[in-house]
Amino acid sequence: MSAVAQSNPLADISSTSRLRLSIFYGFLLPVVFLSLLAGVAIGSTHISWSTILRVAEFKLLPQAWTSSVHITNADEVIVWLIRVPRVIVAFFVGAGLAAAGVLLQALFRNPLAEPGLVGAGEGAVLGGVISFVTGWSATSVLSLPLMAMVGALLALFIVYAMSTRGGVTPVATLLLAGVATSALLSAVASLLLSVNIVNWQIAQEIVFWMMGGLDARTWTHVWLCAPFVVLGIAASLLQTRDLDLLQLGEETAASFGVDVESSKRMLTLTAAILTGAAVAVAGLIGFVGLLVPHAVRLILGPSNRTLLPASALTGGAFLVLCDLLARTIHPPTEIRLGIVTALCGGPLFIYLLLRQYRGVAN
Amino acid sequence: MTALIGPNGSGKSTLLRLFAGLWRPDNGEMLLDGNPVHSLARKEIARRVAFVPQETQIDFAFTVGEILAMGRYAHRGRFSPQSQVDHHAINSAAEYCDVTHLINRAINTLSGGERQRVLIARSLVVEPEFILLDEPTANLDIHHALDVLQLCESLSRKGKTVIVATHDFNLVTRYVTRLILLQAGLVIAEGPQQEVLGPQTIQEVFHVEAEMVPTKTGHPVYVFHQRTGFQGSVQGTRLD
Repeated sequence: MSAVAQSNPLADISSTSRLRLSIFYGFLLPVVFLSLLAGVAIGSTHISWSTILRVAEFKLLPQAWTSSVHITNADEVIVWLIRVPRVIVAFFVGAGLAAAGVLLQALFRNPLAEPGLVGAGEGAVLGGVISFVTGWSATSVLSLPLMAMVGALLALFIVYAMSTRGGVTPVATLLLAGVATSALLSAVASLLLSVNIVNWQIAQEIVFWMMGGLDARTWTHVWLCAPFVVLGIAASLLQTRDLDLLQLGEETAASFGVDVESSKRMLTLTAAILTGAAVAVAGLIGFVGLLVPHAVRLILGPSNRTLLPASALTGGAFLVLCDLLARTIHPPTEIRLGIVTALCGGPLFIYLLLRQYRGVAN
Repeated sequence: MTALIGPNGSGKSTLLRLFAGLWRPDNGEMLLDGNPVHSLARKEIARRVAFVPQETQIDFAFTVGEILAMGRYAHRGRFSPQSQVDHHAINSAAEYCDVTHLINRAINTLSGGERQRVLIARSLVVEPEFILLDEPTANLDIHHALDVLQLCESLSRKGKTVIVATHDFNLVTRYVTRLILLQAGLVIAEGPQQEVLGPQTIQEVFHVEAEMVPTKTGHPVYVFHQRTGFQGSVQGTRLD
């Protein structure tokens, strides 16, 4: 068996990349676990580890095994109703945005593409606003993520049609089309808000939602976001070989048997589901979809089969940690999550942009 | 091995793309074994006809092994892992094109010649009947250009139908058995070198005067002389 492997150069590469992958996950999985734990344990109110453990026991194990005698009602509320859902939402939003970034970068063949840049984010925001002003969100909470997805999808179609000609997307057109479309969509969203300002209750709801962030997230937010993110990531994992080939150019992809048009449609739909699910519960958080795939690609290479799941997990942990930073750096005030991600992602974006204009892409 | 030759814009690349089913003809049909190419499923065409594009630049840091594995796309189902057959196709193509030692390298760190060999290897991974190459020597120095043409010739001796589109017919004449000369989208002549590329035809199609010089390979090469009328007009305009 080992003799066969030695005479076979490809067995050799898959074993070196498998080693690199195991080392990566060897680091990543503990980081994911610790970030989730830290997100629950650390906060403005001090709660001991043992209390957290007891709440977890009480909530997760069958009633007969545990007793709730040592937990106060306040502890239970803080841990189970405030911190745990917030951390879970942060994780899924980060995972969704990072996975959407990977998909969009393959679709536009450009490491700069990310939900906030190519209009998907603002499209989702507009979709959400529409679901508020029409009153659909009051009838069914599910209409919020669904409308956000529809908005993201339409925005992506517009930006793609504007920026891509004959399967080629120049950086300048991509950026301009993304910025212009985002500005237009966000103007429409603001217009809808202004028109509805007389209806103070709806306006307040919209403003709170548009500000985004992860404060006061509940289990409802978890259920609005997590299933769609899981669905989106599962769908992306089925498309990784199409993604690899599309990344080399549409003509190449077609010549190797990819049905380019239907692949792109699936890809756009999946990216819209992921973006919509994230924006619906956390608003528009920039740069996660840019920063995370880029960092993971540097370590694991561009092959989407490994890049996609690794980026999703990393994105989840990254956003949990950013959120932890945002609420602990200057207590008791929380700084907005978008500030933290922009401070991390902005410089990288500028660096990538300058590098592309010098003619060296990633 | 067949060469599609003709001046810029004569339709060489277009013809290759129509054959590979990448474009659909506005008029008429491109037939493969009597069936219109575009009536076949995308994967079915991809399994039979491999296309090597002119642009070999790849911006993402895929390894050569990953690039070659992409050649198996049309053979694998969405859920099926790489099989022994896929593995074998990749390994033997890599060996044949002498890129096995590059397999762990990132494609964007290779030289132009190496990259072209990798892309030809990838077309071989497909195990196609036809291999179409668009200007495979355009970005290569003479040593690597001959290297690539030799590789193409050996593929055609191995039983593949190899079609090379090029405007540099001096380079390919000694490797090909058949030339197809295109001008403005029409086939002007087709056959072996002696029949297709006489000085008269070259004068008509390429608008240069060609002098045939015999060589030891048995295939004469051409030395070109620009028409005097055009030179006059260049001299008339100050270009400096």
